[in-house]
Amino acid sequence: MLLEAVKLALQAIRRNALRSFLTVLGIIIGVGAVIAMVTVGNGTTARITADLAKLGTNLLFVLPGQVGPGRASSDARSFNSRDIEAMRAQLRGVQAVAPIAQKSVAVIYGTENRNTVVTGTDSAYFVAQDWALARGRGFFEGEERAGRAACVIGQTVREKLFGSADPIGQDIRVHNVSCEVIGLLEAKGQSSFGTDLDDTVLMPIRAFQRRIAGNMDIMRVYVSARNGVDTAKVQTDIERLLRERRNITTGKEDDFSVRDMKQVVQATAGATAVLTGLLGAVAAVSLLVGGIGIMNIMLVSVTERTREIGIRLAIGALEEQVLLQFLVEAMVLSLFGGIIGILLGLGLAVLATAALNVPFLVDPFIILVAFGFSAMVGVVFGYVPARRAAHLDPIQALRHE
Amino acid sequence: MPRDGEPPPPLIAFEGVSKVFGTGLAAVPALNAVDLRIDRGEFVAIMGPSGSGKSTAMNILGCLDTPTSGTYRFMGVDVGRLDRRRRALLRRRYLGFVFQGFNLLARTSAVENVELPLIYRGMAPAERRRLALGALARVGLEGREDHTPGELSGGQQQRVAIARATVTDPAVLLADEPTGNLDTRMSLEIMNLLVRLNREQGITVIMVTHEPDMAAFARRIIRFVDGRIDSDAPSERAA
Ligand SMILES: Nc1ncnc2c1ncn2[C@@H]1O[C@H](COP(=O)(O)OP(=O)(O)OP(=O)(O)O)[C@@H](O)[C@H]1O
Ligand SMILES: [Mg+2]
Repeated sequence: MLLEAVKLALQAIRRNALRSFLTVLGIIIGVGAVIAMVTVGNGTTARITADLAKLGTNLLFVLPGQVGPGRASSDARSFNSRDIEAMRAQLRGVQAVAPIAQKSVAVIYGTENRNTVVTGTDSAYFVAQDWALARGRGFFEGEERAGRAACVIGQTVREKLFGSADPIGQDIRVHNVSCEVIGLLEAKGQSSFGTDLDDTVLMPIRAFQRRIAGNMDIMRVYVSARNGVDTAKVQTDIERLLRERRNITTGKEDDFSVRDMKQVVQATAGATAVLTGLLGAVAAVSLLVGGIGIMNIMLVSVTERTREIGIRLAIGALEEQVLLQFLVEAMVLSLFGGIIGILLGLGLAVLATAALNVPFLVDPFIILVAFGFSAMVGVVFGYVPARRAAHLDPIQALRHE
Repeated sequence: MPRDGEPPPPLIAFEGVSKVFGTGLAAVPALNAVDLRIDRGEFVAIMGPSGSGKSTAMNILGCLDTPTSGTYRFMGVDVGRLDRRRRALLRRRYLGFVFQGFNLLARTSAVENVELPLIYRGMAPAERRRLALGALARVGLEGREDHTPGELSGGQQQRVAIARATVTDPAVLLADEPTGNLDTRMSLEIMNLLVRLNREQGITVIMVTHEPDMAAFARRIIRFVDGRIDSDAPSERAA
């Protein structure tokens, strides 16, 4: 009997193919949105977790000015080399303090030309970023002090400028400064924000300041705490030291900020979760609307098929059999919507995860839930029309035209 | 249930059956204290002017409706005391219906139409296909099994409806103006078919008709006037 009901339902749906499709559009959109959101959300979370592990959870950023809404940071003083020396000398539990100065410039080798962010730093950078060299070597202290233009390049720069050739020992032009490639970084991939970490050129900070930036500013400082050291404690130490060095009197606000990388990543993850939740709510509303659409069209269908229902009741269908038939029809209809929605959602997720460069992780549980939920929508919203059909008076129904 | 020594109860027995539609000033009396008895194997024609209560009586006979007062016993069971579900069960066990407007499912083949009552009785596909093909053969529609109602003539459609009504081997076949939409030639075909079903399969046939020519095929003719039985007599064929 159930099989017959499914067959009948498929027949009825096929007879009104376009109407059926429009009816379940709400379900398709609702389920599709849920599946896409959850799948992309899963990928993002996995990506962030992996990034957290990659970064190490012990990295602190020191930036001039205060970042945040309504705060201008452009006029804040940058740092200088004596700040770095003081931090290295006075902070406890610290593994590396790396100065950072950056500029986006043209990098040229032969006829190849590429715009890349060049970072002036020193050998502490490799420790702070936990970034090893694939080939060659890092900066010698002599090079750092003398301001010699030697540079270490990332994998993307190597690929674009050198192709398959060996870059070590070659001279490249960085913003018209000739510079020997002494090292090649290991591939790191993309950051959680989608930037290509391998698209980078590193050079000793002294050389960068003199020959590329034209000033002695240090734009950022990376500080990595030793394993097992509380980053919050290091953060307050940095704040105290810098307030003192920058003559900020008690009661005045800092004109710099220290941010814990762990918090930055967690904040991003939190924002993703909120967004997922919001879109989930939109999807739920869409499912509700879809359910009401199904109820509406089923009521129309019962009225249209009054005579047919009368025939069925007169030739021996019991009420519960008519009820079952219409319930199954509503359910098959919404399951159709659910299945199309699941496929659509997965398709969208494939595109979105590829665009965001996060892994495509399908959660079978959420697919089951979406499936079950669309079946439930069919039963809940199909019940009223089905009951109306089952309770028709066969005499009246047969007379209906 | 009949006890030993007693004769079995009549197939159909109306005892003072009245039917009133609506209430108060809008009340329309359709049947007025009708007494009627029909036994197994009879072929009865019901005649009478429009609005005389023929269809109302047929609906009560078919357990689709219940009397306002009086009792209707079908095989000894007081139908007025049964709920909707029990009446539905009674209908599908013992009764077959043929309507004036054929009432076949559109866009559904003849054989599928005939199978329909068997589906609701939970019969396996192979078995019900076999029975449906047999019923179609008995009404002379071999070779037309896969035609939809739109591809069949009125007479052929009515024969599909008769096959559908008899495929369940009912005790009683109720036909309300079965030839009302057909021309004379097709009407005669249908009447011959009903006579054969009555004689060969022993199905009790109760038929409403306006046409004396068709009523003449029955063995008994009941005439309704204003919700009462005006006359009840054997037909010429029976005499
Ligand atoms: N559902 C109903 N509600 C109200 N009045 C009804 C209903 N059904 C029948 N009637 C009335 O009951 C009376 C008998 O109707 P019925 O249909 O039994 O007549 P009939 O003998 O079958 O007539 P016809 O030959 O035209 O088919 C009529 O006056 C009709 O208007
Ligand atoms: Mg009538």
